[in-house]
Amino acid sequence: MQVTVLYFAWVRERVGHGQETIETTAKTISELVNDLRAKGPEYEAAFSDLPALRAAADEVLCDMDASLDGVRTVAFFPPMTGG
Amino acid sequence: MRVSVQSDVFDPSQEAADFDANGGGAVVTFNGVVRDDTGTLQAMEIEHYPAMTEAALTEFAVTAKERFDLTNVMVIHRFGTLKPGEVIMMVATAAKHRKQAFQGADFLMDYLKSRAPFWKKEITKNGADWVDAKIADEDALKEW
Repeated sequence: MQVTVLYFAWVRERVGHGQETIETTAKTISELVNDLRAKGPEYEAAFSDLPALRAAADEVLCDMDASLDGVRTVAFFPPMTGG
Repeated sequence: MRVSVQSDVFDPSQEAADFDANGGGAVVTFNGVVRDDTGTLQAMEIEHYPAMTEAALTEFAVTAKERFDLTNVMVIHRFGTLKPGEVIMMVATAAKHRKQAFQGADFLMDYLKSRAPFWKKEITKNGADWVDAKIADEDALKEW
């Protein structure tokens, strides 16, 4: 299935771009992370410290073990610093 | 209820004056300002996740309104490039009594800090760096 993947803040900077479409068989967010890490050293650098990352599935915050079933957009970013 | 995610500068005094208490007897307003602790800050860049930000802020505002019985609530948060001293964001709450208004504002601030999809980057004379999330801010959410 195809998933749009978005990156924000230093995750975006390390990966080198903010958005891409991925063809994946991953069933969960963490499986998708494994697919991404295999894409190259820039992805490895972005995803090396998984506990330091947050994810959203279709614009809703979720855990790394959340299902990708029916999900069209996954976003990865550092802990948020609003306010 | 009003929620705004914007790059434009806004006037917190005007926003406070325009904020309708809707019959409430207590109004609390809070604004966050870009601070420069080291005297080297040139700008603060605030990135956000456009498709998610307004929905997240609206959810926090609705939750606060119900939970603290607010008669009105407002959240404004800016993104883009801000200079030291500029207002980043503002929260206003109105309630029958002050405790609800204060608690509602405090709740909103804690959620904005750690659950709203914004990321701050400090541009200083010595380079640029992302602001790290504070453990204390994450812990503050557990109080609610």
